[in-house]
This record gives sequence, structure tokens and C-alpha cells, in this order.
Amino acid sequence: MTEIQPAIWKRFSKKQSLERYGIEFVLLLIFIWATQSVDIYWPFVTDAPAQAVDLLHRMTPPSVVFIKAIIPSMIETINIATLSTIFAVILSFPLAILNARNTTPHPIVQMVARVIIVTSRSVNELVWGLIFVVFFGPGVVAGVAALTMRSLGFMAKLVSESIEEIDHGQVEAMRATGANGAKVFIFGVLPQVMPIIIGTSIFRWDINIRQSSVIGLVGAGGIGILLTSSMNMFKWQNVSMILISIFVVVLAGEYVSATVRKKLT
Amino acid sequence: MFSVKNLDKTYPTGQHALKGCSLDIDNPQIVAIFGPSGAGKSTLIRCINRLVEPSSGEVFLDDLELTGLKGKDLHNARRQMGMIFQEYNLIERLTVMENVLSGRLGYVGFFNAMFRRFPQDAVDEAFSLLERVGLKGYHNQRADALSGGQRQRVGIVRALIQHPKILLVDEPTSGLDPKTAMIIMQLIKDLAIEKGIPAIINIHDVKLGQDYADRIIGMADGVIVFDGPPSKVTAETLTMIYGEEDWSKTIRKVEDEEE
Amino acid sequence: MSDTGASTVWKRDHFIKNPILRWIVILVGSAYLIYAINDMNFNLDRMRTGWPRAVDFFQRMFPPDYSRWTMIYKGVFESLQMAIIATTVSIFLAIPLSLAAAANISVKFVYVIARAFIVLARSFPPILVAIMFVKAFGFGPFPGILTLSFTALGFMGKLLAEAIENIDKGQVEAVRATGANWFKVQLYGVAPQVLPRYVGLSIYLLDINLRASTIIGIVGAGGIGGALFNAFHRYEYDTALAILIAIIVIVLVMEFISSKVRSRLQ
Ligand SMILES: Nc1ncnc2c1ncn2[C@@H]1O[C@H](COP(=O)(O)OP(=O)(O)O)[C@@H](O)[C@H]1O
Ligand SMILES: [Mg+2]
Repeated sequence: MTEIQPAIWKRFSKKQSLERYGIEFVLLLIFIWATQSVDIYWPFVTDAPAQAVDLLHRMTPPSVVFIKAIIPSMIETINIATLSTIFAVILSFPLAILNARNTTPHPIVQMVARVIIVTSRSVNELVWGLIFVVFFGPGVVAGVAALTMRSLGFMAKLVSESIEEIDHGQVEAMRATGANGAKVFIFGVLPQVMPIIIGTSIFRWDINIRQSSVIGLVGAGGIGILLTSSMNMFKWQNVSMILISIFVVVLAGEYVSATVRKKLT
Repeated sequence: MFSVKNLDKTYPTGQHALKGCSLDIDNPQIVAIFGPSGAGKSTLIRCINRLVEPSSGEVFLDDLELTGLKGKDLHNARRQMGMIFQEYNLIERLTVMENVLSGRLGYVGFFNAMFRRFPQDAVDEAFSLLERVGLKGYHNQRADALSGGQRQRVGIVRALIQHPKILLVDEPTSGLDPKTAMIIMQLIKDLAIEKGIPAIINIHDVKLGQDYADRIIGMADGVIVFDGPPSKVTAETLTMIYGEEDWSKTIRKVEDEEE
Repeated sequence: MSDTGASTVWKRDHFIKNPILRWIVILVGSAYLIYAINDMNFNLDRMRTGWPRAVDFFQRMFPPDYSRWTMIYKGVFESLQMAIIATTVSIFLAIPLSLAAAANISVKFVYVIARAFIVLARSFPPILVAIMFVKAFGFGPFPGILTLSFTALGFMGKLLAEAIENIDKGQVEAVRATGANWFKVQLYGVAPQVLPRYVGLSIYLLDINLRASTIIGIVGAGGIGGALFNAFHRYEYDTALAILIAIIVIVLVMEFISSKVRSRLQ
């Protein structure tokens, strides 16, 4: 007979819990470093609630008559979102083909496509806006160009991933009929990626509605321009009305996008 | 009318899948290729229409040598060979009719293909072939709405509408239940006879192969180890192809016929 | 083979089967497009003047000018600090928020308020939130941190609430059956089920926040974005390119780390 050992149970072994505490400790240190060294003027922070109430006070009630100025500007915003989505879809398609492992004509071409996609995706639309305002001057054209540039990489990345994931059997079947590369593509590849292209386009349009309302802050057209000018003139009741309109349009866009995507799939 | 000479294939992975295979088909017949998984059956068939590039050897369709062809010549040669696949490989999101007409892709131009403008005689033929395989009225159904047996019928029609000189068939019945498998084999056999063309059929179901083929080719490890009529297939042949096992049950039928 | 004689027509089904509806969609669609493109006031003259400006822009942009290295370095660090603080704040606050916004746990009244907050926080682009906070509280990283926390809270709250709503009820009931109180039910019945998702989302959130923190400086909310904006406005495009490259690098590095950690967690 062996002596009965008192059963000890612990969730983690000693090494495991040491590791966990270690990670948690490091995270805590990072957090402390960040809060201690960040350049915050603390009186601003203590004063914040009062300031917030003050601003809210100046913003109420929202100016309903200002809606007259908002509507044309909002239509422009939606146009920017729609046009840039369309341009991005068209331009991203060849880019996606050049970037997908199984459709790229050459590794060097693929590299170039990849660089374009990464650049497009990692530069924010406001930065693209700044750049295109330099080219075209302030206005809608710069806005459309900026959002097109930003959406391009997003679309191309997702579409080329879906091209890489197609069922290769269907492609083989088309090759076996004696079709050349282009015809193999439109029968063997395109039908398989079409749902992704459509779904992603609508999704991107939804995102672009949101983004097109801010690119005006750098002069690239849309409601953001109206917002900036209202703020510069301290017309806070106009500002709140603009914010409400943006909120409504963004929600509507999200609803439309979700409904259409559900219908199509 | 068709011959393969010393076909050899080594994959980039180093896998030596075909080791000097030769075969001749002189008359329209059903040739069943037996062999365990990995024997090189699919590789052989794919090297014929060059979905896989053979490492060396020659393939003759009538007097045309296929292994050296490039570009347009290769496409024209492929359209003379109809292929039927194990996984059907239909374009899932397109209709039955579009799938069938895709068999004519080698004959139409790019924009006609894009806008689905196929010549009327192709459409007529598609309708009559669909009726022939029992799919009358299915032409506007999407392929992903069909059962396995129905899909394979579409696959057969797609191959036939190419007006092929030979059918290359890779395990046409593996995904099907036994009854449907027999119907599909019968269809392929009947249609090949009607069109007067030979068919090479990879098949791992020994009994099914024996029932429908005029000639059996046995492959093991990339080598053709048997070539003869179904009646010559004995337990020893099967052991040679598949390795040691009790074959008495599988081949009883052949012996029954001989009695 | 049977010959059907009379030839049968086949045409691919149209995407929209009803011809009237189809033509309405086509006409309205193209009319809108023509109008929208026209409304852009795109003219070749502007293109023509734009071209030399673009050339000039690129000429001034290269090579990137790293001489103000300390400014870039400071901005990047500030962005990093903002992202870390905001992520920490929001992953803690997301716990009560998501419990409040989970239909299977919360009570109706609290649920509606929590969901309303989430919708509000998710609908506005961070830049817009940032500009409002800057107007209310002045320039600097403080409104930036508030912005990131606010938008991140909306994102995290929504996804976490969904995760909670999708948990296995049986496990929760088993814990409740032991006689555990509400708090213990959450701790033993709910938390273990959503923990992996929570950790994954937290890292993803840091990724998102870092991205946003490099941009909101454009409206004065701290971080490297402010330096970028200034460089543009002083026409110092070579400095702007240097900053842009710095931003791209940290965004890509963070994306890489985040995806590596998340795939390890799964
Ligand atoms: N694409 C490929 N790349 C590398 N090896 C392959 C490839 N296709 C098949 N093989 C190898 O070649 C051999 C023959 O395969 P296969 O022709 O598919 O045999 P079967 O059709 O008789 O089952 C197998 O060992 C297989 O692993
Ligand atoms: Mg095989």
C-alpha cells in the first residue's frame, strides 16, 4: 500500500504560470512606459468633461435649415464613393490577375503588382487625398482619385486571394477542351471568382461612403469641406447637423450594402 | 489511329510516375486501365492531352505527333480529344448549357465565348446530346444544382460536343453509387460506339472495367504490366497489378461467362 | 442519335430576368453614372496643369529626406504610445460593454443603450471623431487617445458581444446549476468560451489603433500624422516621403506581428 498523497491541482504548471506572469508583467511595463512618457498636458484632461459639455452645448440644437447646404454636398460625397469604387473595381481586376500566383504571367510582374497593392493599402486615404490635391487642386477629382487609390489594393488583394483559391479542376477541364489562356480564364476562373468580386465591391462601397465624408478635411471634395468651413466659422449647430447627416448616410449605406450582398449570395 | 510510344514522366518532385509506357489503339474500342492508386493512370491520360507535360516519348493521334506541339497547334490537338473527369469539373456556377457549350471553346473566338454566342449548330447538337443522355429540359439549371450522376452526364456531353477523335476518361465513376456507375459506363460505351471513337478509361473498379471494356491494360508503378482482353484477366494478372490478395470473388464473373 | 429537326434557340438567362426591370436598372444606372462623372467637373485643362505639378511633386519627393530624423522618431513613438494606451483602455472597457450588449446576458434597457453606443462609435470614421475631440480638448495626444479608445471600443464591443451571443448555452447552464452567482457564472461559464477570441481581437485592435494613430495627427490629434501634414503644407515633399515610408514600415511590421500572434493563438 502506498501512502495517500494530498492531491494538488493547479490550472497551469509552474513553468506555464511563470511564462504567463512574465508576459503580463512585460505588458504592464509597456503600458506604464506609455502613460508616463506620453506628452499629455494633464490640466487639459481634468478639464475635459467641462469642455465636452461646453462644446455639446454650443452644438445644440442642430441647425435644421442647414440641411439645404448639406444635401448637395452629401450627394457629392456619395458620388465620390460610388465612382471611386467603380474605378477601383475596374483597375483592381487586372492587378489581381497579375498578382495571383496561378495567373501571373511572370514572377517579376507579380512582384510589381504586389508592391502596388501594398502601397495602396498601407497609405491612408487622407494621405492619398493630400497627394492628389497637389496634382489636381482641391475638389471632387482629387477625392475620387484618392479613394480609388486606396480601394485598389484592398480589392486587388481580396480578389487575387480568391483567384488563388479556385478549384483547379474546372480550369483543367477548360484547358482540355483546347481553349486558349484567355478563354480558359473567362470560363474556368471568372465564374468562380465573380461572387467574391461582387461581394467585395459592395463591401468596399460601404467603406468608401464612410471615408468619402472625411477626405474633404484635406480638400478632396465632399461633405468634409463643408464640415471644415463650418468649424472654421465656429458654426457649431451646423457642425452637429453635418455629423447627424453623416451618421444617417453611413447607416443607410451599411444597410444597403448588407441587403444587396444578402440578395446576391 | 492512336498510339503512345515510350512515354516517360518524372514530376519536378522527383516522382517517376511513367516509365516508358507504350500502347496502340487501332480500332474504336473501350480500353480500361487498371491499377492501384498512384500507379500513374491519371498521369498517362494527362500526358496524352498534355495537361501534364511528358518528360519524353511520343503520342500520335492519327498521323499527328502531339508532344512537340505548341500554342495554337496544341489547342487544336486538344480539341480533338474529349476528357471526362472523376470530379466532373463542371463550371459550378454556370448553367448546364454553358457547360456543354464550353466544350466548343476551342472553336469559337474570345468575344463570342465571353458573350456566350455559340453557332446554332453547336446549340442544336447540345440539345440533342442532352436529350440523348437523359437531361432533356435541364439546360438552364445551374451545374451546382445537379446530382453526381447528372453532372457526369453533362461532363460526357461536354466532351462529345468537341467532336473528339478519342475520349480520355479518368475514373468516371469513383464518386458515384454502384447503380449510377453502371449507367454512366454504359453511356460512355454506347456513345463511343455511336461516334465510332475509342475511349481510354481509368478505372479502379475491376468488375466494372471487365464488364464494359474490350481491352484491359494493367499498370503498376508507372509500368504497363498487362495488355489483353478481359477474358485473359486472371487472379495472377490482378496480383501482378494490385499485389497479393484473394481475387477469386472479383473475377468469378469472367469465369462464369466462359462456362 | 435522335434528330430534333427544328433548331432550338438558346440564350443565356439575363442576370435580371424581368425585361422591364432590367431596362430600368440599366437606364437609371447609366444615367446616374453619366451625371456623377459629369459632376466631377473633370476637364482636360486641369489634367494638363496637374501633370507638371505631379512631375514636380515626384521630383521634390525623391530622394526622401531623413534629416529631421528626431522629429519622425518622436512622432512614431507618440503614435505607438497612443495606440498602446488606447488599446489597453478599450480592451478593459470592452468587457462590461460587451456583456451589456450581449442579448443573451444583458437586460433589455441596458442592451439598447450599449448597442446604441456601439453603433455610434462604429459609424464615424476615426478622423471625424478626432477632429471633434481636438475642437473640444485642444491639440495633442490626449484627444487622439480618446478617439482611438472610442472607435476601438465600438469595434471590440460589437465583435465581443457577438462572440458572447454565440457561446454554448449548455456550459453556462452547467455552471449556473452548481449554484454559482451571476458574477461566477460569467467567470466560469462565459469567460473561458470567449477568451481566445478576446485575446485575438485585442491584438488585432492594437494593429488597427496603430494604423489610425499614424493618421489622426492630420487634424492635430497627436502622433506622426501631424508631422506628415506639416511637411505637405510646407511643400517639403522629401520629408513627407520619409515620414510616409516610416508609417508604411511600422504599419506593415505591426500587421505582420499581429497576424503571426493571432495565427499562433488559434
Ligand atoms: N502534380 C504532381 N506532382 C508530383 N507528383 C505527382 C503529381 N501528380 C501525380 N504525382 C505522383 O505520380 C504518381 C502517379 O500518380 P497518378 O498518375 O495520379 O496515379 P493514379 O491516377 O494511378 O492514381 C503518384 O506517385 C503521385 O504521387
Ligand atoms: Mg488518378
